[in-house]
Amino acid sequence: MAQHVIELTGLTKRYGDFTAVDNLDLNIRKGEIFGLLGPNGAGKSTTILMILGLTEPTAGNVSVCGINSTTSPVEVKRKVGYLPEDVGFYEDMTGMENLIYTAELNGIPRSVACEKATSLLHRVGLGNETDKRTGKYSKGMRQRLGLADVLIKDPEIIILDEPTSGIDPTGVQDFIHLIRHLSHENGLTVLFSSHHLHQVQQLCDRVGLFGKGRLLTLIDINELHNKPGELEEVYNHYLGGNEHE
Amino acid sequence: MNNISKPFWVIVRKEISDYMKSWKAVILIILIALTCMGSLYTALSNIGEAVKQGSTDDNFLFLKLFTASDGALPSFAVFIGFLGPLLGIALGFDAINTEQNKGTLSRLLSQPIYRDYILNAKWIAALFVIGIMLFALGFLVMGFGLIFIGIPPTAEEFCRIVVFLLLSMVYIALWLNLALFFSIKSKQPATSALSGIAVWLFFSLFYNIIMNVVGKALSPSPMAMPDQVVRYQKFMLNLLRFSPGELFQEITMTMLMPSVRSLGPLTFEQMDGAIPSPLSLGQSLLVVWPQLTGLISITLLFFMFAYISFMRKEVRSR
Repeated sequence: MAQHVIELTGLTKRYGDFTAVDNLDLNIRKGEIFGLLGPNGAGKSTTILMILGLTEPTAGNVSVCGINSTTSPVEVKRKVGYLPEDVGFYEDMTGMENLIYTAELNGIPRSVACEKATSLLHRVGLGNETDKRTGKYSKGMRQRLGLADVLIKDPEIIILDEPTSGIDPTGVQDFIHLIRHLSHENGLTVLFSSHHLHQVQQLCDRVGLFGKGRLLTLIDINELHNKPGELEEVYNHYLGGNEHE
Repeated sequence: MNNISKPFWVIVRKEISDYMKSWKAVILIILIALTCMGSLYTALSNIGEAVKQGSTDDNFLFLKLFTASDGALPSFAVFIGFLGPLLGIALGFDAINTEQNKGTLSRLLSQPIYRDYILNAKWIAALFVIGIMLFALGFLVMGFGLIFIGIPPTAEEFCRIVVFLLLSMVYIALWLNLALFFSIKSKQPATSALSGIAVWLFFSLFYNIIMNVVGKALSPSPMAMPDQVVRYQKFMLNLLRFSPGELFQEITMTMLMPSVRSLGPLTFEQMDGAIPSPLSLGQSLLVVWPQLTGLISITLLFFMFAYISFMRKEVRSR
């Protein structure tokens, strides 16, 4: 059995009376692309924040590569790259400068950071925009720069929170191919959160279906390969069918 | 510098360069520099008259550069007390909420740094800019003074000026901390800027007006006993001291005018036998010790508020 890099046990987060994440148990294997699928407000983002140690769980335990996220978030953030939904950059700095800043925050010396940033910008297809201010970047370019920003610290795990929202359909396809490619090339574990059924089906190895803070079911995409409509059926079965797009 | 604190200085460096490139800080620094140069000019053109008055401060001619004025243009010290808070607010009001609105805060927080690094680094960077500006201005005034009046400052005067500049930094940091606090609490930079300016206006204008009204209502009758009058005076002075501007003013007065021996009412009995000579720096510091600790503790208190609210804030993407 494959090694688990993320282990969530009995994870719960309450805001007042509202339960955002309810007693969640989930293990994510090393090297897989795991999809968090669910409608808005299903608790996906909150779960991600707890994995990163940016929010304290009300109850339960998060362990990333054997490190407790709640008590030692800095160690976890060294291993995990996180691309927030609608990522932002310092607009009066160029894409290159933004990447170098992130690299330096991760303790990478400036000279190494320059080389790394250049090669990453080429890999995400921004090779011609290195010296353009990020204020002038389009949404799709920002997301790709975000991916480079996540990768510059050589993470073991990357977490992408709704990374495709706001990009046009062809851009989404490019982005999904890029993630797949990068994951296979570097052996990365990817946690991909989305409410787009088809994107999840295209990209992920396994999918956890979320609804109202609970993990409704786990689906292995490879088992569904010959039945393209299956995931949709499962989704409709659990979530009533009126929430997907 | 060990490995763990290195990212801290990376943030500090970036913040300082941001300040130096931003228009708001540059404009305010130019404004303060110009007004201070203006007040230096009036001080220099009036310094002859100031000496003729024959007070005990005569031996401290150099300090007059910071306090002398002809009434048309306020002195250097008054300008710092008035415009310094604005600089503090300008440097702090958009520190956190702009990062949040631009979506950079959640990206920054997902880097392997401690959360308080962000706030602390921004604070240090702003303080660094403030300190450089104040000391540059202060030394510039001293330099011009040297050229124009030709009398070098004594060691005592130099120390007094340095202490004055350091305390001005504390005073400006107070407003910086307040602005930081507002920038964490309110989502829009405009709201936090206006809240900061509102507090500043309240203390620099309305507080004194309110105190005048209170003072009139409480004033003892003309026939009252002297100790009743003294008690009233002390009470009013203490009420005024709730304003940080008043504390700063008392501190600068004592630091820059060595003849100031007391900040409250003095009776003739207390004055009896006193030689009208200037105080030494240590003694002057003792006179304003309560004001000094008060000012520093308010500054720390505001920073604590900002720190706690930042640490408790849940940061989501914009």
